[in-house]
Amino acid sequence: MNKLISLSEAIRRHVHPGDTVYAAGFTHLIPFAAGHEIIRQGINDLVLARATPDLIYDQIVAAGCARKVIFSYMGNPGVGSLRFVRAQIEAGNLEWEEYSHFSMISRLQAGAAGIPFMPMNPTAAGHLEQVNPQYRHLVDPYSGGEVVVVPALNPEVAIVHVQRADADGNAQIWGIVGEQKEAAFASKRLIVTAEEIVSEEIIRSDPNRTLIPGFIVDAVCHEPFAAHPSYTQGYYDRDNAFYLQWDEISKSREDVQAYLDEWVYGVEDRAEYWDRLALEVKERLKVRSGLSSPVNYGSY
Amino acid sequence: MSQTTKYSSAELLTINAAHLLQDGDVVFVGVGLPNLACNLARHTHAPNLVMIYEAGVIGAQPARLPLSIGDPNLVSGSLAVCSMYEIFALYLQRGNIDVGFMGGAQIDRFGNINATIIGRGFPDLQENYQHPKIRLPGSGGSMEIAAWANRCYIITPHQKRRFPEKVDFRTSAGFLGGRPEREAAKLRGGGPQAVVTDLGILQPDESGELILTALHPGKTIEMVKENTGWDIKVSSELSTSDPPGDEELRILREELDPLGVYLKA
Repeated sequence: MNKLISLSEAIRRHVHPGDTVYAAGFTHLIPFAAGHEIIRQGINDLVLARATPDLIYDQIVAAGCARKVIFSYMGNPGVGSLRFVRAQIEAGNLEWEEYSHFSMISRLQAGAAGIPFMPMNPTAAGHLEQVNPQYRHLVDPYSGGEVVVVPALNPEVAIVHVQRADADGNAQIWGIVGEQKEAAFASKRLIVTAEEIVSEEIIRSDPNRTLIPGFIVDAVCHEPFAAHPSYTQGYYDRDNAFYLQWDEISKSREDVQAYLDEWVYGVEDRAEYWDRLALEVKERLKVRSGLSSPVNYGSY
Repeated sequence: MSQTTKYSSAELLTINAAHLLQDGDVVFVGVGLPNLACNLARHTHAPNLVMIYEAGVIGAQPARLPLSIGDPNLVSGSLAVCSMYEIFALYLQRGNIDVGFMGGAQIDRFGNINATIIGRGFPDLQENYQHPKIRLPGSGGSMEIAAWANRCYIITPHQKRRFPEKVDFRTSAGFLGGRPEREAAKLRGGGPQAVVTDLGILQPDESGELILTALHPGKTIEMVKENTGWDIKVSSELSTSDPPGDEELRILREELDPLGVYLKA
């Protein structure tokens, strides 16, 4: 079934006020285009779940679209603090729920597998488990030992950016695969954005690379460069200079507003955003090719 | 080894951290100085070091220094890529990681680490957590690394505020209240083995308390005592660390961080 629609239509249909949203991707393939479209449509009261909120949630929070964040590392990766989310939390303006990486991802894994919770070995650190009542301790019924459990996370909607998908939504990812697959299977609705829309034949030529089967996908959107300033392995590099620059921008509300005015509200879509980016930035982000050796699936 | 070359405090930290790694170690690498230390070790005495990044990259050999732990250059040329759940479950929880590097805003007497909040001194943990003086980034992977890596190393500047008697929030476990308490918790990892600072090296004694075991050249016991939040004990076998070697400094400056992103401090 052809599920190809525009990103603005996909967000309108599938992201509603009050939803828990999981915009997936550990550093890689972060769906900024979809985040910006959520801001443009002014969808509010959202609960934003991500292991690392990253700049995408800093921007959505700054735009006033979020009520709460669920996270396990609230930093600007490699740079420092995630200033806007941090300031809102410190000021008491934003609810939050906090985990370690493993417990956050275990929540998704349970959600994706359709089970109520996930056990982990205890870490003895203790304090995060004391301040977040979602952590529980159970007796292992087999050994009598102790396990820590966290509940399944089943977001209303997940957004996953991929290198290539076909029109049905069969989606292939390479490079860091983070928690994309788990987020896709855990969520009730799923939007896939893709650098390239390819034929089903290309997908079928390399089935091991398919992380998401089309039949769990609700919408497929053709969005080249959708991950910038994050990156797409083999397509364009991470814009580390922008991650450093955001550290300056996010020091003042005015500068953040000016950024949103120019780069989010001031453009119609990702194509216009990319057009507006300076040529030297695009040059800097170009990637030289590094092909893998082909594998032989055989013909049977 | 040259005694004459000048070096920065970040270079001193990085080189001493590299010396803690053994050839063949499987290391859970963090960004910044740990990343430099691991790459330096791989270029010198530990060519068979296996670098694992929590983003799910195994056996990375980054040609350029990654800014984050999820940069694309970690993937190209690596041995394997897996999901985040797998890296924490199959690699860390299962017991396949030799070394974990940690940072943190506070490290206490028993090597417990705080990366979550600096409190306002409320007696109640929940109140301190809900109304922090400073909100820090949080655990990330450190809660599990501290529990399950065979050996943990901590790299941090030596400042009094970073070394309180007790952390405001225990994000990850050192020896808890002492070695017997960690043993009772049956964590598979051995806990913190060394804290490398710009003054020297702290290591746990038989009770699990961090004591001063080595000073860097030119540093004194008084400097360590002044910058530690508890009455720190000095090992009876206190040694002096080797100064950074010329070749180590050359590799760091010319090959690993030519722009001085991490080493200018």
